[in-house]
Amino acid sequence: MLAINWFKYSAPTTFYGLAGRLVPWFAGASVILFVAGLYIGFFVAPTDAVQSEAYRIMFIHVPASILSMFIYLVMAGYAALGLIFNTRLSSMMATALAPTGALFTFIALWSGALWGKPMWGAWWVWDARLTSELILLFLYLGFISLHASIDDPRRADRAAALLAIVGSVNVPIIYFSVKWWNTLHQGATIKFSGTSMHVAMQQALFTMLLACWAYAVAMALLRVRSIILERERTTQWVQDLPEVRS
Amino acid sequence: MNWSEFFAMKGYALYVWGSYGMALLVFIVEIALVRHKRKITLQQLRLMRDAGVEE
Repeated sequence: MLAINWFKYSAPTTFYGLAGRLVPWFAGASVILFVAGLYIGFFVAPTDAVQSEAYRIMFIHVPASILSMFIYLVMAGYAALGLIFNTRLSSMMATALAPTGALFTFIALWSGALWGKPMWGAWWVWDARLTSELILLFLYLGFISLHASIDDPRRADRAAALLAIVGSVNVPIIYFSVKWWNTLHQGATIKFSGTSMHVAMQQALFTMLLACWAYAVAMALLRVRSIILERERTTQWVQDLPEVRS
Repeated sequence: MNWSEFFAMKGYALYVWGSYGMALLVFIVEIALVRHKRKITLQQLRLMRDAGVEE
């Protein structure tokens, strides 16, 4: 335990290489998981008694929604680390995660609207869950814009970090909205006590969730590599990289 | 396996494929943008290095 250098990969130099080696694994895993999840979701899971075939939207809508919230918390966590410990790489990771999180939020909102129209008769309602998820999208876009608008990278990191951290309060609001308020959006089907959902539906849902997670990790690692190159461009180790020399 | 029945999704085709289609489009665009960003970044690094050498 004591002999391990826990901070080895907190330096951009070492993390750049690690990220590069990890990307193919997460990318490959996500492809396999997407194929498996979609197969189970469309060919194994049965027709729903109430929602017929429309319920199959769930297998992209729910994972996207979960990821939208999860990525935000991870992003805010990295931003907080960057703020507290003044570590550049932590802030770079936050910046790398934001676009992926925003896109998952968009997918959640879009697929939700397409699910709501046939089921509720409405593309959109201003209920607590939908509204707070929309606010999440604005928070992501705000984070990205704020960071991009400040020239000095470290100042940009700190300002955006504050936005990310304060915005975190929205995530439990999204999550508990269906419990705290009277919403059109349905309540929790999967609880710690168990679920009534058909097992194949559970399997498809979980597989798609893992697929989206692996995809998100691959995207964030890929994106952070470009961010590292850009921000460390004046260093010798970047100049010496084979991909730069060629 | 009746494919035309499968794609029809009992009348919900627009909503189901509209959701998955958008997700696929988003993923394709995101991957393309990330790869493009890397390409541009490497190009700029090479330009920087070349500009330095010309001195």
